[in-house]
Amino acid sequence: MSVGLVLTQALNGLQLGILLFLLAAGLTLVFGIMNFVNLAHGSLYMMGAYFAAAVFDRTGSFLLAGAVAIPATMVLGVVVERIALIHLYSRDHLDQVLATFGLILFFNELVRIIWGPASVYMNAPAALSGTVNLFGLPYPSYRFAIIATGLAVGAGLYVLIHRTRIGMLIRAGATHPEIVAALGVNVRRLNTLVFGLGAALAGLAGLMAGPIVSVQPGMGEPILILTLVVIVTGGIGSIRGAFYGALIVGVVDTIGRAFLPTLLREFLERSLAQAAGPAIASVLIYVLMAVVLAIRPQGLFPVRHG
Amino acid sequence: MRNVTPSRIVAAVLLVGLGLVPVIAAAIGEPYYITLFTRIVIFAIAATGLNLILGYGAMVSFGHSMYVGIGAYAVGILSFHGIGNGWAQLAVAIAAGIVFAVVIGLVCLRTGGVAFIMITLAFAQMVYFLAVGLKEYGGDDGLAIGARSDFGVFSLASNTTLYYVAFAVLVLVLVVFERLVHSRFGMVLRGCRSNERRMAALGFPTLRYRLVAYVISALVCVIAGMLLANLARFAAPSYMAWQASGDLIVMIVLGGMGTIVGPAAGAVALLVLEEILAGITTHWMIVLGPAIVLIVLTAKKGLYGYLVGREATRPPPADERP
Repeated sequence: MSVGLVLTQALNGLQLGILLFLLAAGLTLVFGIMNFVNLAHGSLYMMGAYFAAAVFDRTGSFLLAGAVAIPATMVLGVVVERIALIHLYSRDHLDQVLATFGLILFFNELVRIIWGPASVYMNAPAALSGTVNLFGLPYPSYRFAIIATGLAVGAGLYVLIHRTRIGMLIRAGATHPEIVAALGVNVRRLNTLVFGLGAALAGLAGLMAGPIVSVQPGMGEPILILTLVVIVTGGIGSIRGAFYGALIVGVVDTIGRAFLPTLLREFLERSLAQAAGPAIASVLIYVLMAVVLAIRPQGLFPVRHG
Repeated sequence: MRNVTPSRIVAAVLLVGLGLVPVIAAAIGEPYYITLFTRIVIFAIAATGLNLILGYGAMVSFGHSMYVGIGAYAVGILSFHGIGNGWAQLAVAIAAGIVFAVVIGLVCLRTGGVAFIMITLAFAQMVYFLAVGLKEYGGDDGLAIGARSDFGVFSLASNTTLYYVAFAVLVLVLVVFERLVHSRFGMVLRGCRSNERRMAALGFPTLRYRLVAYVISALVCVIAGMLLANLARFAAPSYMAWQASGDLIVMIVLGGMGTIVGPAAGAVALLVLEEILAGITTHWMIVLGPAIVLIVLTAKKGLYGYLVGREATRPPPADERP
């Protein structure tokens, strides 16, 4: 187990964490400001990946794929919000969960009809197909680009939410929607804006994940569940919580899968370690979440009020 | 007669109809319907079990299919090791169910509302991946079960026996739950649904009551899982997939949450609808998905509430036991 291998896996964990953050940010914003649980967020990610793959397939240009996929996902999110979800804001969480569950079934079947049940492939842009040299360690440029893009988006979100007028309204709307409405702000439009922003981030995540995962029906669900773990661990409604939670979950999951089976072999019998290693590694993040909740039910970085 | 209320008529029609399924299937020479309706009754049991906490305790568990899976794997794993005795399988399934439900319940009940939904979902996913990781027991592919459970006095080998055993379990669960929700325990549970802090202030150990309700509802799902494993002669991680948990909630809401018979009626309605849609097109989910959205948006009281009419919303009669 060399230092280079550990570093590579840590970077892979960081990259998964960044993808999770893009999804968690949208989900947690929508929850924080509208008190709305959107399980179909994973479907938006899937649609983003399919839009990107479809454009890439026709044009071969990754930039063009992004230029189409991100706005298209945003528009799709806003349309879905206006048609169905807007009626659910005042309902309880059970109704929201159930309706968005129905949307997941719909979108999964829709892509199966349009693009077929098999995986669709897209390549990383040619300029990013090589490796970068990180202190003598070769690392795929594309994965490095994901990390860089994610960090830039994270910084941009921070500025947007803490330094701009829109961000101020979003923060105010999360805690005191009635007062914000009374001050003359169109809260409905603000809601749609936040939802569209979340959808665009999901589309961006789908675009960037396209070349490294298989684009197939149902691809949104596993990552949605990881995202839920992230926002519960980080503290529901908190962007800061989503960021740190995503990095923790991404790194713990990747490092656990990479090294736990080998590590267990030091203590356990070979056959037992081989059987238990992958199983324990795959439940590691859920154990982490359970421990966090047992100690701090509100999450690691809850929203600070006041 | 004072006791003939719409709700009782609906319950009687549902149960008599289900009771006659094997007779009708034999009469029209379609034994397939017995298998189909065994599946329906099994999911009716699971939905009824989940409804105890979802409808009466406002605990929206999005992970109850994990208990169905635990019941199925108890049968599968014991059968894999040559233990076909149904009572032994039942004992192991219940014991495993209690261990999982108490530990998971204690963690989940520390939170409420939307966090509870997400955490139960995450735990179900964890158990799902554990099952996938059980390479010795089939892993991803699932575990074939050689023989159905043998309970000594009766064996589940015949499809008709299995159906009637499942049906008897459903009736038993419905009767027990009807008494349970009107007992003192049920009153406390429903009190926690409306205002847990007030119940705590009144001196009730609310966590204990809610945990017991969670465990009971989990065990009902475990038993449904045992029956499902016997029906399919198969235990697979897919029983615990999160869509399966979602289906259980759809059944409850479709039928009418917080009613005793509603979830069973919802299970019948949803699975029959699926069967019909699947016969028309392979892409039936494209219809079912928006249908679920529509049901949520329009039918607040569920199918059962619609059939029973205003009775469901009327205040409870004065002679309801305290």
